[in-house]
Amino acid sequence: MMDRTVKHLFMKEFSSYFKTPLGYVFLVIFLFGIGYLTFEPGRGSFFYMREASMSSFFRYIPWMFLFLIPAVSMRLWSDERKAGTIELLLTMPVTIRQAVIAKFLASWAFIGIALAGTFPMIFTIVYLGNPDLGVVFLGYLASFFMAGALLAVGGFFSALTKNQVVSFILTVCVSFMLIMAGSPPILDFISTFLPKFFVDLFESLSVLNHFDSIERGVLSLSNIWFFTVMITCWLYGSMILLNENKAN
Amino acid sequence: MLEVRSISKKFGDFQAVRDVSFKADQGEVLGFLGPNGAGKSTTMKMITGFLDVTGGDAKICGKSILNETLAAQKELGYVPENAPLYEDMFVREFLEFIANMRNVEQEQIPKRVIEVINMCALKDVEFQKLETLSKGYKRRVSLAQALIHDPSVLILDEPTDGLDPNQKHDVRELIKELSKEKCILISTHILEEVEEVCDRCIIIGQGEKLFEGTPDELKAKSDKGRIQDVFRVITTDCKLQGVNL
Repeated sequence: MMDRTVKHLFMKEFSSYFKTPLGYVFLVIFLFGIGYLTFEPGRGSFFYMREASMSSFFRYIPWMFLFLIPAVSMRLWSDERKAGTIELLLTMPVTIRQAVIAKFLASWAFIGIALAGTFPMIFTIVYLGNPDLGVVFLGYLASFFMAGALLAVGGFFSALTKNQVVSFILTVCVSFMLIMAGSPPILDFISTFLPKFFVDLFESLSVLNHFDSIERGVLSLSNIWFFTVMITCWLYGSMILLNENKAN
Repeated sequence: MLEVRSISKKFGDFQAVRDVSFKADQGEVLGFLGPNGAGKSTTMKMITGFLDVTGGDAKICGKSILNETLAAQKELGYVPENAPLYEDMFVREFLEFIANMRNVEQEQIPKRVIEVINMCALKDVEFQKLETLSKGYKRRVSLAQALIHDPSVLILDEPTDGLDPNQKHDVRELIKELSKEKCILISTHILEEVEEVCDRCIIIGQGEKLFEGTPDELKAKSDKGRIQDVFRVITTDCKLQGVNL
């Protein structure tokens, strides 16, 4: 059970997305963007594929997340530090751990709402054919996990700087590296100067590989483990950072 | 009730606060004076557990901020400098949020919120957004959030800064009223405030305690009874006629 402090901080943070235009702008851009990319004949291949699956939808999720998740995560701590409310928050009987977890869960739940908003897509494929709903569910699960990992990265950079723009840019850069880590051009490049062990390690950090494997319908323990470790490590990093520079 | 023992803070090589100790009891208002950058806010942030101490400890109602941080923080009400608030919230909603975070019992929350709203004269703005409030109201909301859980110790960092004379008067009256049952530490630049509300005062300069005593003792050091002259002599190297430390 969530403890009371985490619950109330979570609720406050979650509702704050709907008190400013940020939440609505995000939802509109995300839903419009992903719909457009999925169906637009030039880019999306939904109609060309002639099959009732959501693979063309999930193919674009990482790229939508790459720019939209940092926009959600950039204010998590930067805002709090800039406005000085962090002093208010951390002088209440709240530990940094509780605060980091509550804020992370609130932003994750918000992305959950955004993903849930794509439900007409499911109706569309169910109407058009006989899709494997298990695979669809796993696709959503993979998207949700990936959102969590990128939000944790974003939270870390938000704790690093008071400036939201800097936090946004750093998050985009690191998220891009994490998404692309397993791609052949990057792996070829780093294999020119790093031993194979490090190349394999780098490849295993690829968010996209793990995302793809769940999205294709293979839910293995190692994928879940990867996202759990990823989220935990970045959140832990945020806690250390906040402890160090909350007063700066 | 509030006991600060040799508290110190270093930022890198810079010694912001050095071995500051003092005590305050229930029913006492302790003024915390010093020029800008003297270490007042840093000391207060350490007492509230926001900043880690480099040395020493502070005890709030016998609970160490170092080892029993959460228990000590429960006994504290804190108004930070410039009264930062969650500006996208409404006054009442904000106070309810703080009450929940402060673990006020669920059934007590509506009652406590009404009490602090009346105490801090916030009735007129109860349903307004915080970002739309004037500076004076924001200070009062900040004071209200510090009182919501009826703490034993109140730490107020320049609570009257930027208020108009009437608002200053109201806040001082409120502090006097509260001081009957609480222990209050208040930092200020305004010397007449010390005479008006404080039972005792401490002056710090460059992170060190330079004076501790009653406002009358401070006044007595000047032949003309001018506190500001004594303050200047204590906190700077200048010498003024008629002031004997």
